[in-house]
Amino acid sequence: MKRVLLAAALLAGFSVVHAEDTLKKIKDTGTITMGVRESSGLSYTIGDGKYVGYHIDVCEQVVRDIRRQLGLSSLTVKYQPVTSANRIPLTVNGTVDLECGSTTNNAARQKDVAFAVTTYVEEVRIAVKAKSGITSINQLNGKTVATTTGTTSVQTLRKHERANGVDFKEVFGKDHADSFLLLDSGRADAFVMDGSILAKNIATSKNPADFKIVGEVLSVEPIAIMIRKDDPAFKKAVDDSIKAMMKSGELAKLYDKWFLQPIPPTNTKIGLPLSAATKEAWANPNDKPMEEYAKK
Amino acid sequence: MSWDWQFYCNDTATQEAVAGCFGPGGKEQTYLQWMLSAWGWTLEVSVAALLLALVIGSLIGIIRTAPNRWLAGFGEAWTELFRNIPLLVQVFLWYYVLPEFVPALKNPAVKTALVICALGFFTSARIGEQVKAGILTLPRGQRYAGQALGMTLPQTYRYVLLPMAYRIVIPPLTSESMNIVKNSAVAFAVSIPELAQFAQQASEETSHFEEIFIPVTLLYFISAFAINRVAKFIEARVRIPGTVGAK
Repeated sequence: MKRVLLAAALLAGFSVVHAEDTLKKIKDTGTITMGVRESSGLSYTIGDGKYVGYHIDVCEQVVRDIRRQLGLSSLTVKYQPVTSANRIPLTVNGTVDLECGSTTNNAARQKDVAFAVTTYVEEVRIAVKAKSGITSINQLNGKTVATTTGTTSVQTLRKHERANGVDFKEVFGKDHADSFLLLDSGRADAFVMDGSILAKNIATSKNPADFKIVGEVLSVEPIAIMIRKDDPAFKKAVDDSIKAMMKSGELAKLYDKWFLQPIPPTNTKIGLPLSAATKEAWANPNDKPMEEYAKK
Repeated sequence: MSWDWQFYCNDTATQEAVAGCFGPGGKEQTYLQWMLSAWGWTLEVSVAALLLALVIGSLIGIIRTAPNRWLAGFGEAWTELFRNIPLLVQVFLWYYVLPEFVPALKNPAVKTALVICALGFFTSARIGEQVKAGILTLPRGQRYAGQALGMTLPQTYRYVLLPMAYRIVIPPLTSESMNIVKNSAVAFAVSIPELAQFAQQASEETSHFEEIFIPVTLLYFISAFAINRVAKFIEARVRIPGTVGAK
């Protein structure tokens, strides 16, 4: 009998976790869990359990709008740090309601999760040491190229090698800070990653002038806030909130705040002007995966 | 839940199925080939670190029982140094800090060697402790008997003490050897493309988390269990009836 009860309790536990109605869950529990990153361009920690960044500000506005929509007097926001590798499982299993990192919206991920409308269009670029003289991907033939495990850049690099018949020695950092350390310590000649992540790592390094972002755009990736799949009401609430920010110019203000003004913790500027691709995504809000962008 | 194992035969760059499941090799490989090569890295790092740990650990264990204050002290210091620092920290020290003082170590050719050293030295402290315990288990009379027969100290160790001590410590050495396979996953932290790295990256690319982590778990199990079987075989082969530890 005990075992039956235990099984029933487990089943009940599972069904709570897999409840598809996120809005109801937020209303019932009075809490929402935000997935945040430790060191990512759009979402990072400044220590002391505080998380900041462009996507964090976007998410906080979304949370305010959801609170208003649900008519709650207060809504507790929990911050759950996630990594490239565990963000999808944690979103799928209900640990995280709103993943506010810097996740590329692609077709493979859309099988497991859903994405809000694209808030930022990322361009994959190459960071090198300023004095290395490297200006293009073709100069990297036979060189050591770092990128981060658990990101789409690994595949981008692989496709690029295949298409252009070049050969890199790849090294995979376990996170962005680690990959940047590979470049900084001279173990890698280049670090291939999303432009905003490169810019942020350079801006916060000891000597930002030692590094440079060079070369062609290797891949264009729509970055969006990630949510659970098959929850249209929650997706609509998140989308509507973001679309309102796009319309009101709030999102442009946030972009300016995080990409062009000095940011914590070191008060350096990333200095990455708004790209045409991001402008386009704001003018026509959509949740198209990366593959649709590549077709253009 | 539905399983899909087909992706193992897909090319890692194009995501298209490859006939026969094996690409031409090199960078044109399927997920299956990638997993096997990652397993190869895990085995390479583990076996090399194990050999290093056994050799150094034995030496450390022996000198800790030697009748010389300086030698014993050195062995003591070595053991405490390597077993009181977390393995992951040691790996970082070898990989990022040491090369700042010895620039030659920045050469990419030695990066695997650095990880092997980190893992091997860490384990050598533990093996040294066990070898020492094995030697100290023997009655003191054995050492005296050897020397009374006119053997030198090294001869006493070689012919009297060590053959007995090693037989006694085979079981703990076995679990230390199996630990090294599992500990080799820390190599991921310094960019060795081993099984843990494959698991993270490939599951991210394919979104087939279960289908990747289950075989990876099995490969770790098989590797550690193979070491266990080899050790058991050795233990059975060298057993001397009527001595300590023999049934």
